[in-house]
Amino acid sequence: MNSVSTHQTRMALAAALAFVGIACSTSSPVRAAVKAEKDRKNAPGFALKDSMGRTVNLSDYKGKVVLLNFWATWCGPCKLEIPWFMEFEQKYKDNGLAVLGVSLDEEGWDVVKPYLERTKINYRILLGDDAVAQMYGGVDALPSSFIIDREGRIAAVHIGLVSKSEYQKDLDALLGLNGKKSAAGFPMPAVVAPALHLGGAR
Amino acid sequence: MWLLPSTLAAQGSSGILNALPASRLTIKAGESAASKISFRLTPGYHTNSNTPSEEYLIPLRLTWDATPLRVEGVDYPKGHMEKYDFSEKPLSVLTGNFDISTRFQAPADTPKGPHTIKGKLRFQACSNTTCYPPKTISVDLAVQVH
Repeated sequence: MNSVSTHQTRMALAAALAFVGIACSTSSPVRAAVKAEKDRKNAPGFALKDSMGRTVNLSDYKGKVVLLNFWATWCGPCKLEIPWFMEFEQKYKDNGLAVLGVSLDEEGWDVVKPYLERTKINYRILLGDDAVAQMYGGVDALPSSFIIDREGRIAAVHIGLVSKSEYQKDLDALLGLNGKKSAAGFPMPAVVAPALHLGGAR
Repeated sequence: MWLLPSTLAAQGSSGILNALPASRLTIKAGESAASKISFRLTPGYHTNSNTPSEEYLIPLRLTWDATPLRVEGVDYPKGHMEKYDFSEKPLSVLTGNFDISTRFQAPADTPKGPHTIKGKLRFQACSNTTCYPPKTISVDLAVQVH
């Protein structure tokens, strides 16, 4: 199969998944996309630099729930999610959540650092590369997010823009916060309305 | 397999955006002429126009290695404003089929006969929920200089 048809097959699959997501969202409440523990695979390890030049290893976060988000400054849907992730970082940091943003901007820190200065992102941003993207399935579409459990296994994957409430459900399940308050004292929402549910989860 | 007429050149494809075969450009040495390249975007996707409405968006851009011709200018289609779930404001985008025209000049000393010049279209496409990294596809243009 050539690269074009492979790409088209991927797009068709993504479209089908998105369609299933839309179809499900019209008839049922948002459900966590968290996989059963037996179905989770180890998250590929990596070592990437943050904006301060420090090397960050994924293994540094063992014992925490990690929201690993691949994004880029030119990606509109990514920018919609960033404030959600900032809120999650603030609310659930003390519950064991770490948000890691991996930028896939080709121009590197020259474009990412000015963006970080403007937006005051409160979680760690790393500069990604092709090798890391390949380890996570190619990351051909942005945003792509991988939610990693405390044992370092991928528990949920979201490709494309999904609703904030989907992330909320995933984090509630993985942080053990269902029906509880966050450690930062924020009340947990009893019902999270799906503000948006367009992307596919796999 | 599709067979192209000899006056048409094979064109690049990204899977989302395809360049359609372009008609051969006939030009006289010492004169100018325009060539139109047509592109087709897969339904459900858009690409930023050459003049995106937001600073962070990557513009559509066609560049040429036009030797032995010279590029006088590239005329891009005007984007239409469209609102997406991820944007607060409508964005200047292209969807469906669109054309980009390039005006070439053949210097007086241009060797007569057939030539092929090569262009590159850089674009960045998105759907309503997903964006794809910027890509570059190749465009070949057959030229006959008289």
